[in-house]
Amino acid sequence: MDAKDILGLPKTSLPIQEKKSRPQKDSQRKPDGISREVYALTGGLAPLMPAIDSSQLKKRPPSDEKITWQWLPFANSARKDNLQLYHWVRVVNGLPPTGDYSFAKYNKSVDIIKYTDEEYEKYLTNPMWTKEETDQLFDLCERFDLRFIVIADRFPSSRTVEELKDRYYSVSRTLLIARAQSSGDVAMHPLVKEPYNVSQEVERKRALSMYLSQTKQQERKDQEVLAEAKRITESRMPAKVAEESEAAAASNAGAEERAVSGDPPSSVQLPSTVVPSTTADNAATLASLRMLRVYLRTYALEQMVQAASSSAGLRTIKRVEQTLQELGVNLKPRVPTKAVCAEHLELRKEILTLLNLQKQLQYKEAEGRDGSYTETPGTPKDRTFIPDSMSFGGERIGKRDQKRKAPGRISEAPSSPAQSKRPRKLKASDL
Amino acid sequence: MSHSVALRKQGDHQPDDGSSATKLSRLKIGIPSEDADKKNANKRVKDVEICVPIVYGTIAFYLGRKASESQSHKWTVYVRGASNEDLGAVIKRVVFQLHPSFNNPRRAVDSPPFELSECGWGEFEIAITLFFHNDVCDKPLDLYHHLKLYPEDESGPQSTKKPVVVESYNEIVFPDPYEAFLARVRNHPAVIVPRLPASVNLPSPVPVESVNEKGRADTKDHHLSQWFMNFSEADELLKLAAARQEVQAHIVKLRRQLSLMEGSTPMSKPASGYDL
Repeated sequence: MDAKDILGLPKTSLPIQEKKSRPQKDSQRKPDGISREVYALTGGLAPLMPAIDSSQLKKRPPSDEKITWQWLPFANSARKDNLQLYHWVRVVNGLPPTGDYSFAKYNKSVDIIKYTDEEYEKYLTNPMWTKEETDQLFDLCERFDLRFIVIADRFPSSRTVEELKDRYYSVSRTLLIARAQSSGDVAMHPLVKEPYNVSQEVERKRALSMYLSQTKQQERKDQEVLAEAKRITESRMPAKVAEESEAAAASNAGAEERAVSGDPPSSVQLPSTVVPSTTADNAATLASLRMLRVYLRTYALEQMVQAASSSAGLRTIKRVEQTLQELGVNLKPRVPTKAVCAEHLELRKEILTLLNLQKQLQYKEAEGRDGSYTETPGTPKDRTFIPDSMSFGGERIGKRDQKRKAPGRISEAPSSPAQSKRPRKLKASDL
Repeated sequence: MSHSVALRKQGDHQPDDGSSATKLSRLKIGIPSEDADKKNANKRVKDVEICVPIVYGTIAFYLGRKASESQSHKWTVYVRGASNEDLGAVIKRVVFQLHPSFNNPRRAVDSPPFELSECGWGEFEIAITLFFHNDVCDKPLDLYHHLKLYPEDESGPQSTKKPVVVESYNEIVFPDPYEAFLARVRNHPAVIVPRLPASVNLPSPVPVESVNEKGRADTKDHHLSQWFMNFSEADELLKLAAARQEVQAHIVKLRRQLSLMEGSTPMSKPASGYDL
C-alpha cells in the first residue's frame, strides 16, 4: 500500500483515532470568487454544499434578453369575485409571463364532510342539537377551516369549544361509517380509530390550566411530595429485603446463602458479627439491580464488588487487586457466567478477610513489642499504641517509642528536659 | 385533522373538587397508563432470573492489494449467542453507532444475525444498543466495543488471511421477568432459565413477530464462525477455586497464629472487631 509495505518495514504510525486531519487541510486554502473577509465569516471552513457557486457572485452582465417591467392587470384563481388587480410584471422580450397567479396555490382549505337532509334524518339527529345549529356549525367549520376557537366565538348560541368539537367529530364519524362500503374500509381512519372524548378533553384542559396557574409555592410543594414519595419507595424496597435477611442471619450463618440468591454456599466461616452487614449490603445491591429490569452480568459483579468493599479504603482495594494478580486471577473475569462471578466475589471477600487478619496480626505484634517497654503499672497504655493509619501525630509518637532503648517512662518531649534537670547539683544561687 | 386524545388516565377518575384530589390529578396527568386488557401480560415472575449469554465483538481483515488510503480493512461487528443460537427470540433490534465520519453512522439491524460489515481505516469505539421485544423489556441495553484493526505484533506486513478478532463474553440478565416472556423462552436454546418453583403458573406461549430476511438466524454456520473464540467457564472456575483454597489456607494459618498470640500475652487487648 505504501513504501513501508514494499520495503517490509514495520508500521510505526498506527491507529489514528479520527478522520479530523482531512478537513483541517482544506481550511488553509481560501477559495477564489469571494473575498477573504467574507470567507472568514463562514468560520474558515468551506460549506459542504456550496450554496452559491462562487463564479456566479461576481459576474451579472445582462444577457441577450430584453427585459422591461410593466404595470399589468392579473387574474387570481383563488378569488371568486373576479376582482381585477394590477401589479409589476417582468416582461421578457415583449412577452408577459403565463400561468396562474403564483400565490394561488397556497389557498388551501380543509375537506369538510357535507351531509344531505336525508342523511341527517337517518343518522345524525341528536336531542342536544337542532338541525339548524348543526348546519351553522358546519358552515362555520368550512369558513374557518376547523379553527374551533374562532368558530366558538362566532357561534350564535353559546356552546363550549369541546361541545362543538364533539358534535362535529361525532357527525363526521357517523357519516364516514355510514357511507363506507364495509366497516373494514374506514377502520384505519383516525376519526374512527380514536373518537373524540368530551369529558376527557374537558378534564385535561382543566388540569392543564390549573397546572399553568399554580403559584410558585404550589410548585415547590408538588416537587417535595414527589421526591418524598420516591425516597419512600426506594428505601422501602431494600430495607424490607435487608430486614428479612438480617433477621435470618441472627439465627445462623447459613442465612448468607439466602441473601446471595441461590449461589453455592461458601465454605468460609465468617465471624457472625460480620454477616448482617454484608448480607444487608448484598440485599441492597440486589434490590437496585432488580429495579433495572435488565442488566449485564459484569455490571452486576461490579456493583457487588463495590458493595463488599464499601468499608475498605482505597489502599486496601489496591492490595486486594494486587493479591488477585499474584494468584493469577483476572481482575475482571474473562468468562463472566453466574457461577464464575459468584466465585470471583467470594474470592475477593476472602482476600479482604485475609488482609484484615494480616493487619490484626501486625498490630498484635507491634503491641507485643511495646508491651515489653512499659512494665510499670499505671503507665497509660493508650498513648503508646496508636494505629499508624489514623493520624500523622500518632505515627511520630510510634516511631519515637521504637528508638528508645532503655526502659523508662514513655514521656513526651517537654518533660524530658525536666528529668535531666533533676540530677543537677545545687548551686549556690539556689539558696 | 382529528385531535386524538393522547393522554389516558389510570382507571376511572371522578372529577373531584377536593384539594387532595386535584393535587393527585395534577400529578397523574402526563403518565400514559397501560391498557386494562394487557394487565395479565405485565405480571412478573418473582425470584426467577432469565440469563442470555452473548458474545459481541469485531473481526477485521486487511485488504492487502485491494486496500486504499481510506479503506484499508474490511471489518464486521456483531452480537451473537454464546452458543451460536438464534438471539431473535429475545432481541428485536440492534443499533450500531459508528464513528461520525461514516455515512449514516447509526446503523440499525432488525433481524438476526445481528451484524454489520464496513470498510475503513481507523479504530474507534462502537456503541452497540440492544433493543428487546415488547414482552421482554422496554429498556434498551448498551454495550461498548473498541474496533481493533491492527494486530498486536507489528512484525512484518499484515496478512489478508488471518483477521484481527476481538470478542467479549457477557450475559444479559432479566430479573423477575414477565410471565409471557418466560413462557415463550423457557425451552429456547439461547436462553438459560433456572428450574421454576412448582407454584409458578405460566400462560401459554405466544410467539413473537420476527423478521427473518436473512435466512438463518443462528450463527452456527456463519461464514466467520471459524474465527469465533471459545469461552469456557471451566478454566476460570478451576483457577478461582484454586485461588480460594490458597487464600483459605492462609486465613486458617493466620487465625491459628492470632489465637496463639492471644494465649501468650496476658496484657492483650480484646480483639477489636474490624469490619470487612
